Amino acid sequence: MTAITAPPSATVVDVRLERLTKRFDDVVAVDDISLDIEHGRFFALLGPSGCGKSTSLLMIGGFEEPTAGRIYLGERDVSGLPSYKRDVNTVFQSYALFPHLSIFENVAFGLRRRGTRGDELKRRVLDALELVGLSGLERRRPRQLSGGQQQRIALARALVNHPRVLLLDEPLGALDLKLRKQMQLELKRIQHEVGITFVHVTHDQEEAMTMADQIVVMNSGRIEQAGTPTDLYEKPATAFVASFVGVSNLLLATVSGPGQVRLSEGTEVSVPAATLAGRTGEVAIGIRPEKIRLGAGELNVLAGTVAESAYIGVSTQYIVDTPAGSVSVCVQNDRPGATALAAGERLTLSWDPESTFAVEPPEGTP
Amino acid sequence: MAAVGHSGRLAGVVRGRRRRLAPYLLLAPGMAWLVVFFIVPMYYLATTSLQHGSLEIGYTFSWAWSNYADAITTYHTQFLRSLEYAGIATAIALVVSYPLAYWIAFRGGRWKNLFLLLVIAPFFVTYLIRTLAWETILADGGPVVGILRDIHVLGPDGRLLATSSAVIAGITYNFLPFMVLPLYVSLEQIDARLLDAAHDLYASRPWSFLRVTLPLSLPGVFAGTLLTFIPATGDFINAQLLGTPQQYMIGNVIQSKFLQLTDYPQAAALSFVLMAAILVAVLAYTRLLGTERLTG
Repeated sequence: MTAITAPPSATVVDVRLERLTKRFDDVVAVDDISLDIEHGRFFALLGPSGCGKSTSLLMIGGFEEPTAGRIYLGERDVSGLPSYKRDVNTVFQSYALFPHLSIFENVAFGLRRRGTRGDELKRRVLDALELVGLSGLERRRPRQLSGGQQQRIALARALVNHPRVLLLDEPLGALDLKLRKQMQLELKRIQHEVGITFVHVTHDQEEAMTMADQIVVMNSGRIEQAGTPTDLYEKPATAFVASFVGVSNLLLATVSGPGQVRLSEGTEVSVPAATLAGRTGEVAIGIRPEKIRLGAGELNVLAGTVAESAYIGVSTQYIVDTPAGSVSVCVQNDRPGATALAAGERLTLSWDPESTFAVEPPEGTP
Repeated sequence: MAAVGHSGRLAGVVRGRRRRLAPYLLLAPGMAWLVVFFIVPMYYLATTSLQHGSLEIGYTFSWAWSNYADAITTYHTQFLRSLEYAGIATAIALVVSYPLAYWIAFRGGRWKNLFLLLVIAPFFVTYLIRTLAWETILADGGPVVGILRDIHVLGPDGRLLATSSAVIAGITYNFLPFMVLPLYVSLEQIDARLLDAAHDLYASRPWSFLRVTLPLSLPGVFAGTLLTFIPATGDFINAQLLGTPQQYMIGNVIQSKFLQLTDYPQAAALSFVLMAAILVAVLAYTRLLGTERLTG
């Protein structure tokens, strides 16, 4: 990786979106987003359906015309260019393999258009098929392959052209869970191997976390937060990100001092001063379920009653009713003979102030 | 308990037998239709084609293969003309229909069904009347001839009626919907994402059309050309109404043999030769276009 990636001081931006907007009649699908995607990244656009992530991808690919804003590939402004003049290739959600062409001709399609012929063409097509682990299928037709195989062919057909950026539009959506997990790791391996910038659209936060090294979370056409998977999980910037990426306990509170908030029922809780970022008044503080311990032992303490417990092998999950609201807790079963607390038992929860983050209270809460 | 089991098994046997019979029962009406209206007439026609005699003295079966030899030697001009007219009309219909079907399939939007209705609207008027209308349109005193004379495309006494062009135009017009509909169906089925994929792989619009749209629409081209060519070859109305005996096709010969000259054996032999010729042409065409490519 280090050999391929340029030093941070001279990072190359492969895709730059500048104030990009897309309107369909009255609906704003993408609302004024700006974004830099650096070279060699595995980049994920994550969000619920209808958040504008696919539309953004289609605009980068040239399949949708932006209503406003610019798109740059490297230094070049490609905003008005048709897709066939852009140095990007796409793996479509439906794969869109040409049913009338053999696997070889499907993969060779882009190369032929760019004038590659003869042995060079053959070598590159076969190399691409080998990269996706499907050597020997070149004479088949797409419909003779399984969904997973078609997906790999779609990947080979795009990668064989060595595009500047590879766009993936929910390519794993149609696969079953096991195959999807396998392809996630496979895609990551391939991306490391070829060193091309991948922009991957998904609504599955786990998929994004598994594969991407940079994630942009989108909601209602806007960017909620951009960052590494760790950033998004440990320091979510908004209530939306906090609950969309993993599970969060969000408790309403009022800022009562530097690094100090008061929960609605009066408990004082310490939080890192940085997370408040100068906020005053109402905030929502968040703690991840696995960062809460049963029993006192950490600085922040909250008493409650077990409402429900569920033993799921690797961990036990609790819903605990507290005066500040219901709290979800996840306890690793890392010792033999762990027994779950039963519903109705009273207990004390505690957590490290460093594990706490603060966001604007979600809309619609009092 | 035993009784229930017994009757249950019996019901099962009956059900199983019914299930095995079901496909044949479903086939039966179609098969009966084919036997009564295809196999029987074909057999009758085949025996007729090998008879000799006349309406007055009656026809007798005599393995008269000479009917076939005569059919070819006497009427090969009309045979060739039929194939030529039908071939040209099919080609023109394809060239006219493809853009039309393409436009309806890809640009028709919510008006698609209306456009398709317009394509088949002429069928609401009988074939004969439609062709008679063309006789009026192409008539010597008609507007088309007048305009063509004015702009010197036709000479001062040039005509459209009673020419090969008029007959071919008539055939093209009458069979156009048979070309448009299968083309439309095959084009309409093409997944727009495939064209996106082609553009994504650097194919310009014309190239995408040639490498993706056109090959995927070949089943429609195949079906459309056959549906046009086969009935057009046997047509006689257009040649009769828009042409002269100089434009007569084999259909005209068969028709007059059957209905005016009552030379049934000769007419039957002509029909079989026509059928054979079409069969050979279709087989050659199928081989040329390749069935493997069609099934994609």
